[in-house]
Amino acid sequence: MLDPAAVPAHDADVSDEPGANRSEPPRRGLAGGRDRPPAADPATPAAVEALGLTVVRGGRSVLHDVALTVAAGAVTGLLGPSGCGKTTLLRSVVGTQARVRGRLRVLGLPAGDPGLRSRIGYVTQEPSVYRDLTIRQNLDYYAAVLGVPRRHRAAEVERVLGDVDLLDRAGALTADLSGGQLSRASLAVALLGRPELLVLDEPTVGLDPVLRRDLWRLFHRLADRHGVTLLVSSHVMDEADRCDRLLLMREGRVLADDTPDGLRRATGATTVENAFLHLVESGSEESEERGPR
Amino acid sequence: MTPPPPATPDGTAPALRARPVRHDSTAAHLARTTATARRVLRQLAHDPRTVALLLLVPVLLLILLRYVFDADRTGFSRIGASLLGVFPLVTMFLVTSIATLRERSGGTLERLLTMPLARGDLVAGYALAFGGLAVVQAALATGAAVLVLDLRLAGSPWLLLVVAVLNALLGMALGLFVSAFAATEFQAVQFFPAVIVPQILLCGLFVPRDSMQPVLSAVSDVLPLSYSVDGMTEVVAHPGVTANYVRDVIVVAAVAAAVLALGAATLRRRTP
Repeated sequence: MLDPAAVPAHDADVSDEPGANRSEPPRRGLAGGRDRPPAADPATPAAVEALGLTVVRGGRSVLHDVALTVAAGAVTGLLGPSGCGKTTLLRSVVGTQARVRGRLRVLGLPAGDPGLRSRIGYVTQEPSVYRDLTIRQNLDYYAAVLGVPRRHRAAEVERVLGDVDLLDRAGALTADLSGGQLSRASLAVALLGRPELLVLDEPTVGLDPVLRRDLWRLFHRLADRHGVTLLVSSHVMDEADRCDRLLLMREGRVLADDTPDGLRRATGATTVENAFLHLVESGSEESEERGPR
Repeated sequence: MTPPPPATPDGTAPALRARPVRHDSTAAHLARTTATARRVLRQLAHDPRTVALLLLVPVLLLILLRYVFDADRTGFSRIGASLLGVFPLVTMFLVTSIATLRERSGGTLERLLTMPLARGDLVAGYALAFGGLAVVQAALATGAAVLVLDLRLAGSPWLLLVVAVLNALLGMALGLFVSAFAATEFQAVQFFPAVIVPQILLCGLFVPRDSMQPVLSAVSDVLPLSYSVDGMTEVVAHPGVTANYVRDVIVVAAVAAAVLALGAATLRRRTP
């Protein structure tokens, strides 16, 4: 491989346990590094394209003139501190945010288009499941709403339960689950029906490190095998190296849109956290020099 | 368990979502509506205490009323029949306003509306589930009143059942609508004295509507519960289906449908 420092962490933790995913060949290690995201190939269309995206909520501008692309078939991390507009951006992509101005196209359609409703899986920070149903009953209902045919429904529910490692808790009332299990149950709903785009708002908060690693592994498996595009937000900078590409956000603006390595090279920082600091400091100087764009 | 679908060469299941999917066909709407109704009933099945209260409390209250009116059997028949319409209105209003408030605040509504679920599918699913529950509730209460408590009707008890179910749908529609204006379950419950109790006071249960102060009498003319109580009173007094009964049923049904449509309009896909 390349410079060892340039190997993203998720490559390392997949290839060091070749037997972990029993049913799969250890293909991530053979793939030759994921620091070349599909987006680098101009033939691959972007899954999400935004230009001049602005959202005003309660008289306060939450997103200011955001421009970004999310590469298809890759895992893009949306990183930034709490309150920087990550959730508003994700809600805009999914089509639940009101008063969105600017251009925003998702999977080739305007965001919020009815044609997108079965093609996007969305997980909010709040686990959006019925607390008075079991996990399996929740999944069965959402699968029916998504139009999964009745004869495939049970198999589809088992599949997503396996993906989030909740098969042994499937009959439990969701009200009785731990926080981590609850958020995985919510994630399982988003996986139903194999959406092309997964929009995940802080899906790994509060999970133990083993589960967190397993989930990131699942995200990459979805991207690599099924060409699923993932847009995953986090306020934890140390998750940056698990992403193929990064969008760094602060105060409603996108500071950077790059690979983790590209970001480090561009800023000369050793960690994404330092790169973020570098961008914030240099950004404030530049904006003083140039004034608003 | 269902056997897994055949695997593709890379060991994964084939895409289960047939494409293109027709989400707007009648069959698709019907499937989502019945799935929603089944889900609501499953939620209730996990809460047997609520179901028991919903079904038994009206019966117990009728027994209570029967002995309150121990010396006045015609009074019991008139008020008892009217209450058979009031119970489903009250219970479905409370159940629906809390249930939909939970959907709104728990994120499940937002998630459903990012999926190919029409707002009408959701409302119809709730109507189907709560309507079914109302049929059971009203059948129990009407059965107890007529067969055990000797509530005397000139008309058929089935006519009472029709009004009771329509009242359940009206209560559901009002509950759905007011839940849009409640931020918490405390607020939602407070809409009960604000929205339902005035209708109970003005519906003619206590005094005839035309003997009220003229303004109140006019107000009671536009409140839907007045028509359901009038309809119930028709069944107590007259054999067969009278023209007044038909008018009352149509008014209650029309108001329920209109408020249900208003309630559906408060379910927004895009929120600030």
